[in-house]
Amino acid sequence: MSNRKYQEKAIESLLCLSGVTAVVILFLICIFLFRDGLALFQNYSFIDFLIGTKWYPTSQPNQFGLLPLLFGSIIVTFGAIIFSVPLGIAVAIYIAELAGEKEADVLKPLVEILAGIPSVVYGFFGLVVLVPLLQNILDLPTGQTALAGSIMLGIMALPTIISMSEDAISSVPRSIKDGSLALGSTEWQTINKVILPAALSGISAAVMLGIGRAIGETMTVMMVTGNTAIIPGFPDGLFVPVRTMTATIALEMGEVPQGSEHFYALFAIGSVLFITTFITNIVAEYIKKKYKFNMGAGQ
Amino acid sequence: MFKITKLNKMFILITVFLVVGVTFTGIGCVDKNTTDASTTEEISNASQDATVKQGIIVKGSDTVLPLSQAEAEEFMVKNQDSDITVIGGGSGVGIAALIDGEAEIAMASRNMKDSEIEKAKNNSINPVETIIGWDGIAVVVNPENPVTQLTFTQLKAIYDGNISNWKDVGGEDIQITVISRDSSSGTYEYFKEEVLEGREYRQDALVQPATGAITQEVAQNKGAIGYIGYAYLDDSTKALALDGGEGTFVSATEEKILSGEYPLARQLYYYTNGEPQGLTKEFMDYVMSEEGQAIVSDVGYFPVK
Repeated sequence: MSNRKYQEKAIESLLCLSGVTAVVILFLICIFLFRDGLALFQNYSFIDFLIGTKWYPTSQPNQFGLLPLLFGSIIVTFGAIIFSVPLGIAVAIYIAELAGEKEADVLKPLVEILAGIPSVVYGFFGLVVLVPLLQNILDLPTGQTALAGSIMLGIMALPTIISMSEDAISSVPRSIKDGSLALGSTEWQTINKVILPAALSGISAAVMLGIGRAIGETMTVMMVTGNTAIIPGFPDGLFVPVRTMTATIALEMGEVPQGSEHFYALFAIGSVLFITTFITNIVAEYIKKKYKFNMGAGQ
Repeated sequence: MFKITKLNKMFILITVFLVVGVTFTGIGCVDKNTTDASTTEEISNASQDATVKQGIIVKGSDTVLPLSQAEAEEFMVKNQDSDITVIGGGSGVGIAALIDGEAEIAMASRNMKDSEIEKAKNNSINPVETIIGWDGIAVVVNPENPVTQLTFTQLKAIYDGNISNWKDVGGEDIQITVISRDSSSGTYEYFKEEVLEGREYRQDALVQPATGAITQEVAQNKGAIGYIGYAYLDDSTKALALDGGEGTFVSATEEKILSGEYPLARQLYYYTNGEPQGLTKEFMDYVMSEEGQAIVSDVGYFPVK
């Protein structure tokens, strides 16, 4: 009797401990990241970091300009969205609304396999297949461009976008769809005017999470974007090499002497990256909550 | 019925735990008796615990990496009770590991910087330098590129941004795609010092995380130029003859590098904490022996003696 009680308590506290550990780890990472990131500004001006246009971490004097890296990340992510959102939503609509049951049963797991491919494999594929292809087709000086990164990241974000959008579309109540069809609208009108608007917030959350994944991706981007720290123009910046924040950290972390300005500068970049993904996730979470509320009202 | 399945599950779980536990105990045993391990694979698989007794860690430059791996393999075949772990990452990574006491030997393709020596002294580490071989840096272009030679002045102008088209150095009217290594690479620092004379690389140079990536891009891009270690030279790229200021172009060949005529030849180093002792000394003596230096040639570098 009491034995069972103890067992129950023990398991409960074990689970509670696991939950607390996750939160504690998050806070510790935050503290270390920001502490080392802020240490840069003891000797280096915060303004120079924020609006600097040059990243020359090993020259004398050092220049740690955030802008080329920030814009590098933004343009690669932007390209990935352009590429993956329409495609992802189209696939989601097909799986949820048009495909037969058997087709959907095959398609869904196949799409999810995309998520299981290691990023270095994507990177290698991009470097060996996509980069030469882009160079030849678009007649560029080099195929290692933001566009190559965007396409690879787009493919990597697809599984997230597809499976979440598909969930959102499938959870639009059957009655709404039937109502629309009963009023004489075609299948496409129903999808376009009824189902998509009803699932919009779910789809938006999917897109935000896809973006979160794209911003944080490192290996693939480092292998295909050329890692040139210049501020890209828009939209022609898609066709020149760029360097993202993640690639910078990965490229330079090896050499950097611990405790040097360069070391702290990389942590400062890491902090910016952390804040960016944090905001993206919060927005996604917010949209998702809103979407749940809507669905409740719908039913 | 339900209860029985539950019990079954418990049994399965317990069995799994036991199996995992026994496996780990096994690993522990292997660790403590590396002497019993007969093949080199088993030795190199032993965890770092073993290094306290009969093992050392050699870490650093990716340029020196293939050489150290070959040396370590041969050495371990001859000395079965030793365990030499070779790890890459770049010269800076290796030197940092030596300073932190994580590695017995740091491999480097450049000299230690003053700042690094100072850090080492602060950590009461006394870095001692040993030259283990020579390497040549080849400046490579696509085999289809008609340009076959460059002066250092031209090379510098290409890398600092003053020349951006091949037609300015006698080639076709194609934009030059300049490729460099990342700043973790010893070759990056070396090239910057020798060719750019300390000036910065052009801002729009491609930065590649590995030598293989440079070869890949140069092999597929007609307008590309990059620099790689002599050992990485193959048919997919073409090495240029260079004029370091003497007025004659010297091609990147073994004889020219050994004779010192080729302008981009450099030394490869092992750094140790103080004079090498114990297994570290044995290993380094082996590397410097006639046999060890023969391996240096096999790998594609050039012996000191």
